[in-house]
Amino acid sequence: MSSETDTTDTDTTDTTDTDHDFGISADQLADETPPAYPPSQPIHEGGHGHKEPSDGQYIWIAIILAVLTALEILSTEAGPDGPWLVPILIVLMLVKFWVVASFFMHLRFDNRLFSFLFYLGLGFAVVLYSAVLATFHFWTG
Amino acid sequence: MSDATIAEPSDVEEIPPGYDDGQDHAGLPHHTSTGLSNTKLAMWLFLGSECLLFGGLISTYMLYRNRQSDQIGPDQLWDIPFTSATSFVLLMSSLTMVMSVSAAKRKDEQRTKMWLTVTALLGGLFIAGQVYEFTTFYREGLGYTTSLFSSSFYTLTGFHGVHVAVGIIMLLSLVAMLAKGKLAGDNAETVEMIGLYWHFVDIVWILIFTLVYLIPA
Repeated sequence: MSSETDTTDTDTTDTTDTDHDFGISADQLADETPPAYPPSQPIHEGGHGHKEPSDGQYIWIAIILAVLTALEILSTEAGPDGPWLVPILIVLMLVKFWVVASFFMHLRFDNRLFSFLFYLGLGFAVVLYSAVLATFHFWTG
Repeated sequence: MSDATIAEPSDVEEIPPGYDDGQDHAGLPHHTSTGLSNTKLAMWLFLGSECLLFGGLISTYMLYRNRQSDQIGPDQLWDIPFTSATSFVLLMSSLTMVMSVSAAKRKDEQRTKMWLTVTALLGGLFIAGQVYEFTTFYREGLGYTTSLFSSSFYTLTGFHGVHVAVGIIMLLSLVAMLAKGKLAGDNAETVEMIGLYWHFVDIVWILIFTLVYLIPA
């Protein structure tokens, strides 16, 4: 212990350097401390580098979803009754799905691992059940 | 040996900050090896597995939607304006849910409880609509075992309805726990987890609404 420490750290309650020598300096210890969760700036902001929407923006997102739903209903009730109807409905459905998952469920702002887990499950489901439906000749009628 | 004494608490070496003392740090942020919340990771894994459950139910319905008896099929039964209204209600419940999560992150407990309650009410309205719809279909002759179409339809929408009901129970329980101050840990994260579940239920309905009700059989 240096004389400088003796003169500055006169408080006997600070025993980190004097009474316990664990072979690790205080700086090393600070570097090895794992990150805390939930941090003050949560992972929501870290994932893709976007900030979460404000309440006003959430309302706008809900309005967009409502408009997309209205378009779906309009397409069914008064839209093209032909080969375009089903693709239009599927696209609108997928857009709504993506909007809710990305913005309301925060996948766009969260860590990519969460998106990976969710879309992995979804991908498995699509592949598995497409194979099942193919087995039952669903696509060929 | 006779001189051996039990160490007094004051004699026990104090563990310096940063070392694991094997104790639960109640009230302090916990550390994870990934730096991510384990609770959130588990919830996303659960939701990923739920995709498989609903994928199976939707596939079964798609396969059997044309296997109907007599004249009772989707075209005779569906009331699109009514189902659209209930779909809109569920969609708006996702907005109120995200508002409650936002309020929880601001530590605004009053608004959190208010938005959670509104979400539960909207969910209840959706369930009421589904019960009305099921009752109407049953009165028109579509029982659970009437046809493969009816069985797969009731199973799919029924499973979704049960998920909504479970969500309502969780929302109301959360409101009660917040009101009594019995919620341990980080309130915002708890609200967010229930929010994820609720949004997932909404997402599943987005699929069901299009694939079951809007796409013609």
